[in-house]
Amino acid sequence: MMDAHGHAIVTRGLNLWYGPFQALIDVTAGIPHGLITSLIGPSGCGKTTLLRCFNRVNERFAYVRTTGAIELLGKNIYDPDVSLIELRKAVGMVFQRPNPLPISVYENVVFGLRIHSRRASLKRADLDAAVEQALTEVGLWKDLKDRLQVRATTLQLEQQQKLCIARLLPLKPEIILMDEPCSTLDVDGTRGIEELMFALKGRYTIVIVTHNMAQARRTSDECIFMLLGKVIEHTRTADLFLSPKSPRTAEYIEGRYG
Amino acid sequence: MTDPALSNPRTVGPRPRRRAWAVIGERALETVIRASGVSAILFVLAIFFFVFREAAPVLFSDDFNFLEFLFSAQWYPTSDINVRYGTWALTVGSFSVTALAMVLAVPFGLGAAIYISEFSGPRQRETLKITIELLAAIPSVVWGFIGLTVMSRIIVALTGAPVGVNLLNGGLILALMSVPIIVSIGEDALKAVPDSYREAAQALGATRWQIVFRVLLPAAKNGLLAAVLLGVGRAVGETMAVLMATGHAVHLPHSLVDSVRTLTANIAAELGEAPVGSSHYQVLFLTGVLLFCITFAVNLTADLVIRGVRRK
Ligand SMILES: Nc1ncnc2c1ncn2[C@@H]1O[C@H](COP(=O)(O)OP(=O)(O)OP(=O)(O)O)[C@@H](O)[C@H]1O
Ligand SMILES: [Mg+2]
Repeated sequence: MMDAHGHAIVTRGLNLWYGPFQALIDVTAGIPHGLITSLIGPSGCGKTTLLRCFNRVNERFAYVRTTGAIELLGKNIYDPDVSLIELRKAVGMVFQRPNPLPISVYENVVFGLRIHSRRASLKRADLDAAVEQALTEVGLWKDLKDRLQVRATTLQLEQQQKLCIARLLPLKPEIILMDEPCSTLDVDGTRGIEELMFALKGRYTIVIVTHNMAQARRTSDECIFMLLGKVIEHTRTADLFLSPKSPRTAEYIEGRYG
Repeated sequence: MTDPALSNPRTVGPRPRRRAWAVIGERALETVIRASGVSAILFVLAIFFFVFREAAPVLFSDDFNFLEFLFSAQWYPTSDINVRYGTWALTVGSFSVTALAMVLAVPFGLGAAIYISEFSGPRQRETLKITIELLAAIPSVVWGFIGLTVMSRIIVALTGAPVGVNLLNGGLILALMSVPIIVSIGEDALKAVPDSYREAAQALGATRWQIVFRVLLPAAKNGLLAAVLLGVGRAVGETMAVLMATGHAVHLPHSLVDSVRTLTANIAAELGEAPVGSSHYQVLFLTGVLLFCITFAVNLTADLVIRGVRRK
């Protein structure tokens, strides 16, 4: 799913208010298809807010107001005829704290299938296959194939976070949004998730929010630097870190503020 | 090296000691708190002991048949020639009123809890919660009064039953009394479900109803079960309202509009008239012991069920 410029997501003049507070100001950006894009910037600059716009999960709060457009394949997701359910199937989200549902590993993976299909159309064999495929893809199958019925909340954090990625896959999303997916993990866990991101790249468009400059550098192809709700700089990651155009970007990546 | 605290030895003195009274006060407070914790056990045992002591003479007397006490439906405590102390009809009365109340109150109460915690806006939620707390604060005698007058007239008009005070009436009144408990405990249980679960499900495209049925109910089932069991406890133990609303006939009910009497109502109604120390008096205390055992069993199962659920 991309437009003529190879963009999976395009935002045009996006503004967002939490009540009276404007958290996003005129954000215009194109997220390349099939690559990893990182969102960086100091705390409170609106990274999470922007990410959460892409599958409209911001709208759980009644006091959120948005103007502007976000286009997926040329189609504005704020158009009235857009189905939120279809949108969220296509745009999966991984949260900062691993949040598997308090049900079994198996049920977590098939949760999406269960809520989006009629009961009669779900065959046990298909579900089993979906579970095996999704868990294999995130590298959990070997560890968990005998423990599919344990409560997902009892797994290690890294496994939980991988499971949160795995449960998106049966819905065949186009885009996976990740909000600081490694912030609660240790070094090994972080490496595990990053390797998984590389494995998923190409088939999925990935947008990752991170506070970790090194991670942004290691993982992403393009990088968006935000400050106070605005996009300051958006280029290829290598360029942004080697020769930032804006002095504010340079100061941030050098660690002068954060 | 230039830090004055390090270079000036006078600031490093002996650590100040706590005052003696502070230490003693803390000990005393600890003792008091421990005593109040332990006292709960003591009170339960003491209550059981005193009730049982009043009941013991009849229980161990020769012409008392314990099986008949439990399973005979004949309750003629004041008869001159044919005294019978069978509590079966009362036990059945208690259970049927409670069961009916729960059939009505559980769906209603849990539904209201779900509505308040998941669907209503903040203003409406506060209003509803306050109203429900008011409902919980209505004294049981007032409920009994409503059963006796308003409810009984409605029942007669709608069902054509000869009397309006009956099983249905008692069940409705008890349901109304248990709903506030079920709602407020159930709402607490739902509120305790982390918002991240709702968010996760929503981000996967779940609708509100799917979130309720597939995420919240499984996640909150312990708390919801506790809410229901507290409702049951309220219904089993309630006395005044059922005394007034059930018609007070010792009788195995065959339909919803039959009058019944419960264990609790029976004790309340007859204890004042039974001469102290008479076998009637002692049997009433034995009924108390029976009631105690029933509630104990309900609570114990509740505990075990909740623990079993939790272990999974
Ligand atoms: N639900 C909300 N209600 C009100 N204000 C909010 C809400 N969420 C975020 N904000 C505000 O919007 C601004 C942007 O928040 P956001 O969470 O997007 O920042 P962030 O870049 O993700 O920060 P961090 O790096 O700390 O996660 C902040 O000033 C924050 O206080
Ligand atoms: Mg954030």
